[in-house]
Amino acid sequence: MRGGNALRFLRYTAVRAVTQGLAVVVALYLTILIVNMGGRLDNIRRSEIRLAVATSITTNPANAELPPSVINQMIEERTQLEYRRLGLDRNFFIRSFDYLTTALSLSLGRAENLFSDSGSREVRRIIAERLPSTLILFGTANLIIFFGTLWVGLALSRRYGTWVDRLVVSLAPTSAAPGWFYGIFLLLIFAAVLRVLPWGGMVSAPPPENRWLYAASVLQHMILPVTAMVLGSFFSGAYGRRTFFLIFSSEDYVDLAKAKGLSSRALQNRYILRPTLPTIITGFVLMVIGLWFGAIILETVFNWPGVGRLYYQATQSSDTPVVVGVMVVYGYLLAISVFMLDFIYGIVDPRVRVTGGTQRRL
Amino acid sequence: MRRILQMLRELRRYPSAMGGLALIGALIGVSIYAIIAIPYPEAIRLWRGGAGVWDDNPRNAAPVWTDLFTGDRLPRTIIVDTTKGATKTVTPLPDGKNRVEFTLKFDYPYDRFPSEIILFAQAVAGTEAAGRTRYSVLWRFPNGQEYQVAANRSMRASDNYYISQDMSLVQNLGATGEYALFTDMAMKAVPVKERVPLKGEYTVLIRAEVPAEADFNAKLVVYGRIHGLAGTDHRRRDLTVALLWGTPLALVFGLLGAVGTTMVTFVLSGIGTWFGRWVDALFQRITQVNMVIPTLPVLIMIGTFYNRSLWLMLGVYMALSIFGGGMVTYRAMFLQAKEAPYIEAARAYGAKNMRIVFRYLLPRIIPVLLPSFVLIVPAFVFLEAGLAVLGLGDPILPTWGKVINDAQSQDALYKGYYYWVVEPALLLMITGFAFSMVGYALDRVFNPRLRTV
Repeated sequence: MRGGNALRFLRYTAVRAVTQGLAVVVALYLTILIVNMGGRLDNIRRSEIRLAVATSITTNPANAELPPSVINQMIEERTQLEYRRLGLDRNFFIRSFDYLTTALSLSLGRAENLFSDSGSREVRRIIAERLPSTLILFGTANLIIFFGTLWVGLALSRRYGTWVDRLVVSLAPTSAAPGWFYGIFLLLIFAAVLRVLPWGGMVSAPPPENRWLYAASVLQHMILPVTAMVLGSFFSGAYGRRTFFLIFSSEDYVDLAKAKGLSSRALQNRYILRPTLPTIITGFVLMVIGLWFGAIILETVFNWPGVGRLYYQATQSSDTPVVVGVMVVYGYLLAISVFMLDFIYGIVDPRVRVTGGTQRRL
Repeated sequence: MRRILQMLRELRRYPSAMGGLALIGALIGVSIYAIIAIPYPEAIRLWRGGAGVWDDNPRNAAPVWTDLFTGDRLPRTIIVDTTKGATKTVTPLPDGKNRVEFTLKFDYPYDRFPSEIILFAQAVAGTEAAGRTRYSVLWRFPNGQEYQVAANRSMRASDNYYISQDMSLVQNLGATGEYALFTDMAMKAVPVKERVPLKGEYTVLIRAEVPAEADFNAKLVVYGRIHGLAGTDHRRRDLTVALLWGTPLALVFGLLGAVGTTMVTFVLSGIGTWFGRWVDALFQRITQVNMVIPTLPVLIMIGTFYNRSLWLMLGVYMALSIFGGGMVTYRAMFLQAKEAPYIEAARAYGAKNMRIVFRYLLPRIIPVLLPSFVLIVPAFVFLEAGLAVLGLGDPILPTWGKVINDAQSQDALYKGYYYWVVEPALLLMITGFAFSMVGYALDRVFNPRLRTV
């Protein structure tokens, strides 16, 4: 029977991986279509290229003596050359599959306007340079929020009705405002009025030479954004967990365990946390997904040099390869999150294991 | 339906819900007032603020109530106009021109310096052939000192004389106009920060030589540092317009978004679950693909490359969230509800599919739907603000988010214009809290499992 279960689980995982992969392909292709927006972006890029070429030719002192017709012809030739270099002379339909294959293989191509800090034009490098700063900020904040709400929720569910409990319940609506919004208030208080914490950025300028001082500076810059994110979701999270644990601790089997005289720690670990594990994990993955989305505005408010900020800069300079590149990374991250969710469900949720892949998560 | 109404009545037991409802009521009241007091075209005209709309307002002036928190009396804007209560003498000159003289008087009782001084001069019915108008401005301090601000300034039909930008004042009096013309001339060498305004009655003598049959009018505006209930922004616009009009826009955006996405998702997932087979499979696949498309980046892309209209953004966001997480949650609920005996009974008596879906299946989930519907409203309100903070706010509508965006792009916090950020932010917060307070209370009322504990 065990072997059959393992096989079923494997099949379940494989099916989920394949459908999730297909979903990524379709979603990325849709994204590419949206990025191009019916040729509108191509037109913007064409006129930008033409303008850049025209400026570089007309401002070149060597061309000052040439008659206008020659200059115009030069501009025309150079523009066409530039179109061909960027592949703009080909049909969009063909180009879209080009984009898709490069995107899916994560080779991502070369940026048109943006550079990485080291001066590279490769989209992959540009994104790779920004990923760590996003990960350090959002990783820290996510972990604090996740384990903080879990711990507070558990603690409150055992102190139901006390003043702490009522306080958290009444603070839950504060999470209606997103992190970036609290960020503005925090900047107002700590940067503008008190002038004790930096306005934004990731490290003070010039960056300290000493590694420890550098780390300290990054930490100092992280205080406000992390606090903002925590404020933006902590209390509703804690409230949700508390209610959730309350419901589960009113189950009959918990009462039975209590009657058996189990210690409160064993009760908590075996009878409250274990059955709620799938939901807790879902919460974690959904939070990761949600915070990815919120990242762009928060990074803009705090001028944090992360992927979200990069995406925003790329759209502002209509740098298609970077826009698509970031979307690819987002798409993959989301797909991996969703797949991980299904995978972990397969492991921890007995209902999924028994029915073997036909049942979608509840 | 009666059950739902009865549950809603139970809300009365929750003070937070009543508080939230009161706030929502107040916001609706403000919206109605805004729409009646400033009709839509007028609001758009004011917010676009072309030439002549806000000329008399100071730039970046704090709200008038900041006066209460500072010990000093902050200057308000003083406007003296030659057409209103100025003594006027007209003397003919030998060359056929007329000399028009005005004496403008105003009292300056404030403890700080004004922010700017502009003289708007206007020649009335002068013909180009008759020659130009020339005018001079003599400034008389309360202590009797006099200073010739302008001598024989030439103008055509109109002239905006930006006195605070006149460099001759800096040369002669050691500071720009708004400081130099309000301190004792003996303090020429004292740095601006150490100067104190001279209080009392100022007199401005304007003498213009105008062609015959023409006339001359002038308006002197001494801009203050506080203005209106909400203050002004960098383009002299009165923020009350945006704050008032932001209310109905935020409410409409939030409610439309919440109603649209929740209802469509709800109905679609009900239909999908009921019919099963390919309908359900199709919806599930769309959801799976849609979950991989990141919403905010797509919105940013559309805003940047295509169109920033608030309603387009709302439409796109709704389209992207219909097949989202809600679809998964509702589907799970409907799958359970579908097996209920009363549904089977309906099927047994021969009810049509659509009747079962709309009369029996959907209403069963409404208690779960209602709290999440109210709780999602703030998300939409803040979505608009977030897009605006990224510079993707609606190009013409005055929204709270756009005020914050203007403030951010003008470094309002750094320069100390806190009111500019705090006012729209507080309104956003009130709106968000109001809905979420009601939402959480609804959650407790409608979720029976929460009530037992």
